[in-house]
Amino acid sequence: MRDVAIVAAGMTPFGELWHASLRDLCVEAAMEALKNAKTDQVDALFVGNMSGGQFVGQEHLGPLFADQLGMSGVAAMRVESACASGGTALRAAFAEIASGLSETALVVGVEKMTDATDVTEILATAADQENEVYHGITFPGLYALIARAHMQAYGTTEEDLSWVSVKNHKQGALNPKAQFRREVTVEEVMSSSMVSDPLRLLHCSPVSDGAAAVLLCPLKEAKKYTDRPVKILASGLATDSMALADRRELASLDAVERSARKAYKMAGMGPQNMQVAEVHDCFAIAEICCVEALGLVEKGKAGSAARTGYTALGGCIPVNTSGGLKSKGHPVGATGVAQAIEIFEQLREEAGERQVEGARIGLTQNMGGSGASSVVHIFQKV
Amino acid sequence: MPSPRYWREVPSRYRLEAARCLGCGKVAFPARRVCPHCRGERWENTALSQQGKIITATVVRVAPAEFTMEAPYAVAVVETPEGARLMAQVADCDPATVQPGMEVSLEFRLLRQEGHGGILCYGHKAVPAG
Repeated sequence: MRDVAIVAAGMTPFGELWHASLRDLCVEAAMEALKNAKTDQVDALFVGNMSGGQFVGQEHLGPLFADQLGMSGVAAMRVESACASGGTALRAAFAEIASGLSETALVVGVEKMTDATDVTEILATAADQENEVYHGITFPGLYALIARAHMQAYGTTEEDLSWVSVKNHKQGALNPKAQFRREVTVEEVMSSSMVSDPLRLLHCSPVSDGAAAVLLCPLKEAKKYTDRPVKILASGLATDSMALADRRELASLDAVERSARKAYKMAGMGPQNMQVAEVHDCFAIAEICCVEALGLVEKGKAGSAARTGYTALGGCIPVNTSGGLKSKGHPVGATGVAQAIEIFEQLREEAGERQVEGARIGLTQNMGGSGASSVVHIFQKV
Repeated sequence: MPSPRYWREVPSRYRLEAARCLGCGKVAFPARRVCPHCRGERWENTALSQQGKIITATVVRVAPAEFTMEAPYAVAVVETPEGARLMAQVADCDPATVQPGMEVSLEFRLLRQEGHGGILCYGHKAVPAG
């Protein structure tokens, strides 16, 4: 396999972008990435998108976006793994370049959610329709079941959950692309309306529109496009049972652990080597379970990690410096690519007020459904 | 006429029909072709007892459109004596009192209405035992 690098990125702001359509979002992010690389040609286009079909009634996104980008004829496909679609599309592009199949690959993660009428039901298609959704469960409900199990097993509290939101909003307030650029207090989080006990509104990521794009090429060609490429050291993808009821243990996310194990092995590194991480905090409990599964925090101890500052900017392992899904926003198919962009900027020392000093190695973890799929990437400054 | 998608699921939803793997002895609910534990393909039919214990639970307050009129309602993961786990609503009690460890029985109930035709969809709900 060849070494692969990210050489350019482009990203729309995340938020309720009423003026922009699905294709507008894709084109804005993709053109920014191409212009940053000073190129207008790619060999392959990978689209990360959860459900264009249900959100706006549009499938067949590969050729649509190739056409919109003025590159009809190029190899193009959509990659879907629910909320992990973006990270999984990045992995597909990584494999495309590493294998020698293409010399350049553009990855665009995109979701247009605010055009849809019933976002809750669309998102629920990432759960088991016949055995979970049939009984009236929602996505906040599924993560609430995980939260209760974590509380039962490790004594995690509602306040612990709330500190994750406080931390991520504080960091997101420093991100010009974030949907919610404002801080929240632990009191505000704990008095926000209950969605699914014990998860309150401010424990949940929002409904968002947005797109994020990165350009990949072989590392040895990277200097053609930028003087500061970022190497993709490793990619790990793994799965778990679809239904929550079938999991080995409800307070653990085994797909995350498996995907991390694969990525660490491929990189020849461990969690102790990571200096900055973007993890999938679709709900506050998800960040707690993910940092444990990634080995960034000891199992059962992540409840207090946000409150003590261990996972905050300036702490031992800063997590979600972008604001995470909670504050930056969560246009589902775009999320995994946006995570890679945050690490790309951190390793290029372009993260401004969010900069983690001296960061050379960073990790992203993007998750689908209630944890049935997870994809981890590890990046290195060149 | 009930929709094919609905009646295909009737054995598990109406009768809690499950399958015990002849390779590893674990029970799959609903029945499936390949065992998720040992990849065995030989099974014997069994049915879950209509009782169990709550493993974890929540109260859904912001519900999907079809369930809005019922919110707030409790949903739990229930483990039956056969070792199978399933998701079910917990009814006939204050949803806030539903906790892990609670003993429940599984009762046949109306769960929802499907589509514009309003097909009545049944299944099991958990209710506090005793």
